[in-house]
Amino acid sequence: MIFNLFNNWISPKTMSIVPLLLAVMAMGCQGKPFEKPPIHPNPNMDTQNRYNPQSSSDFFADGMTMRMPVPGTVAQGELNENSAYYRGVDDQGNFVTDNSVELTDELLLRGQARYNIYCSPCHSRVGDGKGIITQYKYPIPPTSFHSDIVRQMDDGYFFSVITNGVRNMPSYKHQIPVDDRWAIVAYVRALQHSQNASLSDIPVAARQELSR
Amino acid sequence: MPLIAGGVGIFVLAGVVFGVTYFGSPKFTDVGYRPIQPIAYSHKLHAGDLGMDCRYCHTAVEVSAKATVPPTQTCMNCHVICMPESEKLLPVRDSWAKKEALEWVRVHKIPDYAVFDHSAHINRGVGCTSCHGRIDQMEVVMQVQPLSMGWCLNCHRNPDMHLRPLDQVTNMEWIAPDDQLLLAEQFKLERNINPPTDCTGCHR
Ligand code: HEC
Ligand code: HEC
Ligand code: HEC
Ligand code: HEC
Ligand code: HEC
Ligand code: HEC
Repeated sequence: MIFNLFNNWISPKTMSIVPLLLAVMAMGCQGKPFEKPPIHPNPNMDTQNRYNPQSSSDFFADGMTMRMPVPGTVAQGELNENSAYYRGVDDQGNFVTDNSVELTDELLLRGQARYNIYCSPCHSRVGDGKGIITQYKYPIPPTSFHSDIVRQMDDGYFFSVITNGVRNMPSYKHQIPVDDRWAIVAYVRALQHSQNASLSDIPVAARQELSR
Repeated sequence: MPLIAGGVGIFVLAGVVFGVTYFGSPKFTDVGYRPIQPIAYSHKLHAGDLGMDCRYCHTAVEVSAKATVPPTQTCMNCHVICMPESEKLLPVRDSWAKKEALEWVRVHKIPDYAVFDHSAHINRGVGCTSCHGRIDQMEVVMQVQPLSMGWCLNCHRNPDMHLRPLDQVTNMEWIAPDDQLLLAEQFKLERNINPPTDCTGCHR
């Protein structure tokens, strides 16, 4: 009886589903790389009739969903009156000499983290201007922070360099918020000290440690 | 006769069930999606060899729901000076000159009815590799996780193996240390980690 069943099961007629099975198999295995947009068997409400950030738009002529502010307008809270804080210059237009925010350990650590993200590819982690990019096709050497000229620059000038760029260095104002720029300025100062310290800069208690 | 029909029926049914669950699953439909991008931009070169931090380009990842793909300006930071003649960079320079956005093809997408927030994950110490794999080894970005509800919940029920020190989230080489489970307990207390598993957590 049971053999009978199997005999029938493999009959030529039923064999015809084998190509079908093979065809399904030919669809491939899970996780294989592919280039065409994914097909969802049940699309549900996966793609709704709305704009997502950074998506394109058929409605606006320039094709962008995210809109620029109308020229000549200022958003609430973005008047940025405090010139020393937002531009690094005082009311007379001179660069401020000191950092506009209070120096704390946290600020320096924040500055270190941000410096390593945004500045280190070019200026290197120690600030000597020999970042990894100089090993590639990047013909203009980034400035080293450890020269007298750079040491004498004002904090406000550093801030302005990050905000507006200088000569061949690009502006970073789109990538780095204002607080973080001041944190980076503080950290660059710390870097400069680290390469230009004398014994008298070190607390007496810690000097013992060094001479060992 | 009914026996045979029944037997065949069971096989066919099993085949259909298998087909639907195997080929209908996001593990088949979505994992491995690797669209051709308008520019031969390589994460392997920029994030791997150059060692750039993800946040240099994906600036919003710590502060907003979206990681954001960088604007042309970010590429031109370097490429004004670096290889200004390169063929491969022509579309970037065009977009820069015409002030038109580059049209990158989107890779990862969860359905519009579900909520996902990068900042909530990054600031609790979940690293990029947990969800995007080794981006720094990819010439072209490919989706490596299904991003299905089951996958989200799997981690939300037990995130222990994915929690890192906060300064390691973008480190592609991080591997869980031997005492990870102990550390995870500590992180969970410090950061008050309690991932949502109720429906309203993700379907708002
Ligand atoms: C894309 C590479 C690059 C990055 C990233 C970069 N810089 Fe520069 N930077 C340069 C170059 C190149 C110069 C030299 C410009 C010149 O002399 O034409 C420079 C010069 C400078 C100078 C000296 C300015 C002067 O007047 O001599 C300062 C200060 C500076 N950078 C600070 C920073 C800080 C802070 C960051 C991080 C926010 C940063 N840079 C990130 C490339 C870079
Ligand atoms: C030099 C800038 C740059 C850096 C650094 C960078 N990316 Fe990207 N990333 C891009 C660009 C441009 C795209 C869009 C094109 C693409 O998908 O390849 C992108 C796309 C992505 C995507 C896919 C986005 C989508 O459409 O779903 C992921 C995921 C991603 N990056 C993760 C990372 C991670 C993780 C790192 C850090 C290891 C990183 N990126 C570093 C520029 C960068
Ligand atoms: C930190 C600086 C930096 C940034 C920012 C940057 N790149 Fe690059 N890029 C490089 C370097 C360095 C090379 C390798 C040059 C070489 O091969 O010597 C390179 C190479 C390339 C190449 C290969 C060019 C060729 O002809 O082989 C492409 C394409 C490219 N980058 C695209 C991009 C895009 C798109 C972005 C913006 C998302 C970007 N890059 C942002 C530094 C950068
Ligand atoms: C918990 C999982 C998870 C982690 C961790 C994660 N991502 Fe994502 N990422 C996603 C998901 C899910 C999407 C699709 C989001 C959507 O459709 O809205 C995505 C989308 C993206 C995109 C493209 C769309 C966008 O949001 O702009 C980029 C770029 C990206 N991720 C980069 C990163 C980087 C860089 C990191 C690490 C700092 C990271 N992601 C960490 C899950 C994750
Ligand atoms: C690798 C682990 C992991 C994965 C994968 C993951 N999550 Fe999470 N998720 C977390 C952790 C950890 C938290 C933080 C919980 C907290 O804040 O208490 C979190 C929090 C959240 C929150 C709450 C955010 C808030 O505002 O507090 C949402 C919503 C969320 N995840 C959605 C998702 C979705 C949707 C997916 C799948 C696409 C996903 N997550 C995948 C680990 C993960
Ligand atoms: C961790 C976040 C998260 C939680 C919590 C969650 N979901 Fe989901 N859900 C998702 C995501 C992401 C998707 C999209 C999955 C995909 O792309 O296949 C989804 C998809 C769905 C779908 C559509 C599935 C389909 O493909 O047809 C339903 C229905 C659903 N969820 C119901 C629920 C219910 C009911 C609950 C509560 C028990 C719940 N979800 C809790 C993240 C979540």
